[in-house]
Amino acid sequence: MPATETALRKTALNALHRSLKAKMVDFGGWDMPVEYAGVSAEHMAVRTGVGLFDVSHMGDIQLRGPQSLDAVQKFSMNDASKLQIGQAQYSAMLYPQGTFVDDIIVHKLSDNDYLIVINAGTREKDHQWIRQQAQPFKCHVSDYSDHYTQLAIQGPRAAEVLQKLTDLPLSEIKNYWFRWGKVCGLYNVMVARTGYTGEDGFEIYIPSDEATSVRVWNEIMEAGREFGIQPCGLGARNTLRLESAMALYGHEISDTINVYEANLGRYAKLDKGVDFTGAEALRKVQEGGGPDRRLVGLEMIDRGIARDGYPLFDADGKQIGEVVSGSPAPFLKKNIALAYLPTAFADVSTPREVYVGIRGTMVKALTTPTPFYKRAKAATTAPTATPSLS
Amino acid sequence: MSYPDTYRYTREHEWIHVENGVGTVGITDHAQSTLGDIVFVEAPKVGASVEKSKVFGSVESVKAVSDLYAPASGEVTSVNDELATAPESLNTDPHGAWIMRIQLSSPAEIDGLLSAADYEKFVSEETGH
Repeated sequence: MPATETALRKTALNALHRSLKAKMVDFGGWDMPVEYAGVSAEHMAVRTGVGLFDVSHMGDIQLRGPQSLDAVQKFSMNDASKLQIGQAQYSAMLYPQGTFVDDIIVHKLSDNDYLIVINAGTREKDHQWIRQQAQPFKCHVSDYSDHYTQLAIQGPRAAEVLQKLTDLPLSEIKNYWFRWGKVCGLYNVMVARTGYTGEDGFEIYIPSDEATSVRVWNEIMEAGREFGIQPCGLGARNTLRLESAMALYGHEISDTINVYEANLGRYAKLDKGVDFTGAEALRKVQEGGGPDRRLVGLEMIDRGIARDGYPLFDADGKQIGEVVSGSPAPFLKKNIALAYLPTAFADVSTPREVYVGIRGTMVKALTTPTPFYKRAKAATTAPTATPSLS
Repeated sequence: MSYPDTYRYTREHEWIHVENGVGTVGITDHAQSTLGDIVFVEAPKVGASVEKSKVFGSVESVKAVSDLYAPASGEVTSVNDELATAPESLNTDPHGAWIMRIQLSSPAEIDGLLSAADYEKFVSEETGH
C-alpha cells in the first residue's frame, strides 16, 4: 500500500530505524518502530539495564506570556501554580463533561513560559484544544513538535549512560524535574527525568535535523554498549507502561472515560482556586457518590491472554466489563490486563474472580492491585510511580 | 531462512509436510517473524477433526493473537506438547517446531497449496520487499 505509506509521518530517525531492521507500524499516523530485537528482550533491557526509545512523535506545545499560567490552569486539571522552574507535572486536559482530551506533562520553563508534552495520536486535536482554551488569556501558543527529536533513555543504568555524554550533574535532577545543559556537544539541551516505563530514566530534547538526531542516537548507543543498551520500540513501550499501569490514550483514558473512572482523581485539583475545564462535571461525579465503573488490574489465573476489547463476565456469565489493555508481562512473567469493571471490583483488598471471554471460552482471572510492577526506590532519589505519556 | 522444498504452504502462513498420508503442520518463518516473541500456542486435541482453511487453533505473541488455519482436512493424530512449555521454539526453529499432525482425509487438497518457490514469491509481494 504505497499510497498510505507515503502519507505516514516520519521522525528524523526513520531511516536509522529501518537500517536497524526494525519492524515498522503505523502508530497514530506515524511510521514508528514497534520492535528491533523483540519485545521481550527490549522490555528486559529496560527493567534490568538500559534501553533507548525514539519518541519524537510526541508533541511539544509552548505557552508564553504574562497569563500563560492562567491558560495552563484553565485546561490542565493538576495545579501548575505549585510548579517551580525546572519542574514537571503529570496532568490531563478534560472536556467539560470530565472526560479526557489527553493526558499531558506540564513543564515550567520559567515564569510565564510552559511546555506541554502531548501524545502523538492526539497531537492536532490537543494543539487546537490548547489554542482554543488559551484564547481568553494574554499568552502565545506555539507548536514546536517538529523542532525536537525526543529520545527516552530508560532503565536502572540510564543515568550512568547519559552521564558520560553530559556535564549536567544528573544525580541532582530529581524525578519529574529537568535542566538544560550540554549533551553530546549540543548546548541548551533539555534533560528531563521523566519517562513512560516505570523505570528510572531521562527524556532529552535535541534539534530535529537528521544528522544531529542520528549522531546523538549513535553516541548514546555507544555509551550504553557496556550495559547492553537496546534500541526499543513501541511494543516494549506498551508492555513496560502496562506493567507499571500507566494510562494510554484510547485505552485507559478517552473522551468517554472520566478522571475518577481512570483512577486519576489524585491529579485533579478541584480546590486549586481555578475552575479548570471539566471541574464542574468532576464535582458532580463526586457528589453523586463516585463513578459506577473503575479501572481495575487483572492477573490471569487460567491459561490465556486477555487482549484489548475482550469482554469480562462474572461467575454467572453476566457481562460486567471490558479489557482495555492486556498482554503478557515480560518481566513479571504473568499475563496481565487493565479493565473497566463495576466499582465494587475496585476494592483490591479482596481479590475477586472474573472471567475473560477469550474467543468464546471463559478464562479465569483475579483482580489485583496496580501497578503490577513497581521499581525499588533508588537511594539518591525518591521516585514515585507517576504515570506519564505514550 | 529458506523454505523447505518438501513442504507446502498456505497464504495464511502455515506449512505442511506430508509423509505417508500424515501431514505435519507448523507456521512459517515469515509468520513467526511477523508475530514476534511467541508466548502461547493453542492447539487442538488429539482426535479432533480439522477442516481445510478453517481455524484449528491460535498462536499468541507478546503483541498479538493470530488464528491458525488448517492447510488440509483430517483427524489430529498428535500435537507437539513441547510447545506448552517452550512456545518460543516456533520463533527459533519455525520449520522444525511443529504444532500438530493430521491423518489426511483428502490428500488431493495438498495439490492446491503453494510450493516453496510460490510461497516465497507470495511473501515478497505481500511485504513489498
